[in-house]
Amino acid sequence: MIDKIVESLESAVAGIHDGATVMIGGFGGAGQPAELIDALIAQGATDLTIVNNNAGNGETGLAALLKARRVRKIVCSFPRQADSQVFDALYRAGEIELELVPQGNLAERIRAAGAGIGAFFTPTGYGTDLARGKETRIIDGRPYVQEYPIHADFALIKADRGDRWGNLVYRKTARNFCPVMASAAKCAIAQVREIVGLGELDPEAIVTPGIFVRRMVQVPHAGGADARAAA
Amino acid sequence: MAADMGKLNRDQMAARVARDIQDGAIVNLGIGLPTLVANHIPADREVLLHSENGVLGMGPAPAPGKEDYDLINAGKQPVTLLPGGSFFHHADSFAMMRGGHLDICVLGAFQVSVGGDLANWHTGAADAIPAVGGAMDLAIGAKKVYVMMEHLTKSGQSKLVEHCTYPLTGIACVNRVYTDLAVIEVTPKGLQVLELVDGLTLDELQRLSGVPLSLAPERAYA
Repeated sequence: MIDKIVESLESAVAGIHDGATVMIGGFGGAGQPAELIDALIAQGATDLTIVNNNAGNGETGLAALLKARRVRKIVCSFPRQADSQVFDALYRAGEIELELVPQGNLAERIRAAGAGIGAFFTPTGYGTDLARGKETRIIDGRPYVQEYPIHADFALIKADRGDRWGNLVYRKTARNFCPVMASAAKCAIAQVREIVGLGELDPEAIVTPGIFVRRMVQVPHAGGADARAAA
Repeated sequence: MAADMGKLNRDQMAARVARDIQDGAIVNLGIGLPTLVANHIPADREVLLHSENGVLGMGPAPAPGKEDYDLINAGKQPVTLLPGGSFFHHADSFAMMRGGHLDICVLGAFQVSVGGDLANWHTGAADAIPAVGGAMDLAIGAKKVYVMMEHLTKSGQSKLVEHCTYPLTGIACVNRVYTDLAVIEVTPKGLQVLELVDGLTLDELQRLSGVPLSLAPERAYA
């Protein structure tokens, strides 16, 4: 029997090792798996490389993971925000490494990892500081920059509903990076608001097929986006 | 600067950009000043707004108390979805952009060069924490890239420059610049002025801009 459901947040994040690369879904607060992040903080893994669009907002979620000094490096597109004080302080103190990636390249590098692509050429960033040192090529008269996939050991994502095979549907813009991150990680861990029976999700509407998901935990009343973004 | 010159305010600039967005266009509006353009799209035009965090058919801000923080725009502000709108993941969203499926994107800028280079993501200051977001993808991704910016910096320096001194966002990517003083097309023959605000002459704009400007042919022969 295939059953991806785990009973607790603690068992959901079990085995995340020191030095792991962990993708975390979310765009700002939307889609951020806050409860899984809290569980990761409690679990204790450190020296992590985190892949996210941002570098934490306020003092909770990803910001709390940074504040707990568990993150060696962050790969993201937009670290600096009005409420990114935790990251800002670590960065200024030289205590966290930053790899800045244009947002579309970030998404595509993650997608490429999940799709088994070895590298790709993208027009984004050509001629800028963020393409410095990278291979370039003119294809059909247009300049491109070579980019490599971003693989991860784990992905922490948030979805709205899922079933025991790991099929997932998301809610509105909380989808963002979650589907591509699920495919790019060796072990994708989803927190879902509701677990439903097999066949209850419309197969035409499943966004992440269960093949990409290894563990799923129900978090019925996730604080998630609303509580955090409104703070 | 002439005292009687009709320098545009932010809303007037947004309305001017909106006038050039045709019925049926698919448009991405950058964070900040460009976001105001949405408020000025004429009611008889159906324009689809794209937001890079995975929305097509974005609607206006929700009524107070109706905010849903799972439905936000690229600036992380709550928005609404129009009937017919859709959600998609980030790789699809940037495929729409990079794949040339967007008609127009409107971006803010620190500087635009005479060759259409754009600098809008980083001042390059030693103590600044860099953040690029989708700026580089947007700069090369739409069929038309419009920049919306004040013509001069607070200290009176032209934001139209021979070569950008701030770090580049994209090379030769800007098609048109809307400022509080003029509308300027980036062409292979250089910067061509399509419109000037009331009371401003080309000579005066030329003096303020410090880069070569000419009247667009359709203006010169009008």
